[in-house]
Amino acid sequence: MASITLEGLKKTYAGNVAAVKGIDLQIEDGEFVVLVGPSGCGKSTLLRMVAGLETITEGTLKIGDRVVNQLEPAERDIAMVFQNYALYPHMTVYKNLAYGLKNRGFKKDDIDKRVRLAAKMLEIEDFLERKPRKLSGGQRQRVAMGRALVREPSAFLFDEPLSNLDAKLRVQMRVEIKQLQRRLKTTSLYVTHDQLEAMTLGDRLVVLNAGQIEQVGTPMEIYARPATMFVAEFIGSPAMNMLPLDYLHTQGSSVLEHLPEGTDTLGIRPDDMRLTAPDAPHLAIDATLMLFEAAGAESHLYVNLAGSEQPTVIRTSGQPSVREGEMLRFYVTRDALHPFNSATRKRTGG
Amino acid sequence: MQTKRMTFPGRFLPYALLAPQVIVTLIFFIWPAGQALYQSLLREDAFGLRTTFVGLENFARLFRDGAYLNSLSVTVVFAVGTTLLSMSVALLLASTVNRMIRSRSTYTTLLVWPYAIAPAIAGVLWWFIFNPSIGIVPYILDMVGYRWNHRTSGADAMTLVILAAAWKQISYNFLFFLAGLQSIPQSLIEAAAIDGASPMKRFWTIVFPLLTPTTFFLMVVNVVYAMFDTFGIIHATTQGGPAQATNTLVYKVYADGFVGLNLGSSAAQSVILMAIVVALTVVQFRFIERRVNY
Repeated sequence: MASITLEGLKKTYAGNVAAVKGIDLQIEDGEFVVLVGPSGCGKSTLLRMVAGLETITEGTLKIGDRVVNQLEPAERDIAMVFQNYALYPHMTVYKNLAYGLKNRGFKKDDIDKRVRLAAKMLEIEDFLERKPRKLSGGQRQRVAMGRALVREPSAFLFDEPLSNLDAKLRVQMRVEIKQLQRRLKTTSLYVTHDQLEAMTLGDRLVVLNAGQIEQVGTPMEIYARPATMFVAEFIGSPAMNMLPLDYLHTQGSSVLEHLPEGTDTLGIRPDDMRLTAPDAPHLAIDATLMLFEAAGAESHLYVNLAGSEQPTVIRTSGQPSVREGEMLRFYVTRDALHPFNSATRKRTGG
Repeated sequence: MQTKRMTFPGRFLPYALLAPQVIVTLIFFIWPAGQALYQSLLREDAFGLRTTFVGLENFARLFRDGAYLNSLSVTVVFAVGTTLLSMSVALLLASTVNRMIRSRSTYTTLLVWPYAIAPAIAGVLWWFIFNPSIGIVPYILDMVGYRWNHRTSGADAMTLVILAAAWKQISYNFLFFLAGLQSIPQSLIEAAAIDGASPMKRFWTIVFPLLTPTTFFLMVVNVVYAMFDTFGIIHATTQGGPAQATNTLVYKVYADGFVGLNLGSSAAQSVILMAIVVALTVVQFRFIERRVNY
């Protein structure tokens, strides 16, 4: 158990390519932090720097109170779950789990005790004598988890561990990882590009873009008050609609008064666009329905705003009776508006 | 594997398409092999005037012949030595090159060159380097007090042919080992590093076991190479000498048949060699699918 401290962490590859451009982050003991961002944002590089698989160009990395910049991966007391699981294909599940313990000089009966305990926890006791290729994707995932937790390291690092699983299994494993982490209370750093995975797993999220932190906060903080337009569009599905203020002014409404200074774009989540007029003061916008997408419990309406080229998505629950090509009017209340400045791409009004 | 069934319009076309391969096999393999089989049952007198059918007498004689049994053990030493040396050097080079990133292709290209050299030329090359009168290596060895002479010392001669034969095969082994190493996912090595295995330990507990299929394949290929493909090297360096010390089975076929003109015995020897090749091939196909696979 330990905290992880990143101070001004930078990674520059040969040819002056900066992958990670100065990250400051404090991960508390026992906390589950998720690094999320699009591919190429440097999240995996950052995780690999913490693991010791990539050298640190600049900055300080501490695990607990120790500066570990120069330490080998084995000496950092961390365990990692890889995207492709990286199970040793020529060893049985038992040996896969025992390998790290054996290398560290644990006694034979202690190894046996720990392996069996981990296997029991992950319900892979029946497969201990099998080789990884005889296991299904979900079982391999469990073995990879088992290999990480037998050693009881001070931190778990996860590198997109669920991306090779099918959708159903992914949800199931997501829940299991969360429960396991709750139970073990081991500091965890989890990398993913899937915003839903990030939202549901993390105590806190770190949204990364182009090697820099866009925002740090609890999932709901980030969802409710995205600090930048990038975060606003990245977190939440379908993505937040960004409407120019000038266009909305032509629709005219008291709702648009007293916006923070510098606001020129308003973000509106697809869920916050209602088809029925609320009691509170609101904005009314006319649009043509281009495409209707029924997704079971909810529906997505792809509309073109009247007098604008801006494609916009509305999400409603149930199945409203609308026809493609029809003119619609939708309503937005004051508190659903996220004010941004499109030049700085930041939220206005702090 | 999915196979597609082809239908041909006539009966003639499929046979015509197969013909070239069948003809080549018949003329260059089946016919000479048949000849050897037939010859191995005959004995010809010294002047080639009379040929008598002797049954398996040629074979029986061979196994009573001390020189042949000696050649057999020489071949074993030579094949094992060559295989071990060329494979271990190749593995060392491959794992070193595998760690490089930008210079990898340059080293790979350079290391493949020896394979392009004809066996006889390779033999001459080593003959010069190890020539007791003018060679550089005997000169250096002399300074540390070792008198190298592969013309009189059987051990020296064996060392020389093993060196020459192994050197030529390193390139081939290197390429296969490098490909084998590159097919091992980097994350396995990283996982082992996090699991606390030192670089040496990682190599012997993760990398080497995962290379077994490659290693086994190369072992068979190298043994076959050492036994059958090294005539040129031996001919150019030691000619089987001194005192039969490097007279391998394949060289003895030539020496007995074309120099000694004992065609019957020579043919019998080649039949035995043929049997060995068949056996090795069977071993290769049998095992490569089982066991060595993890």
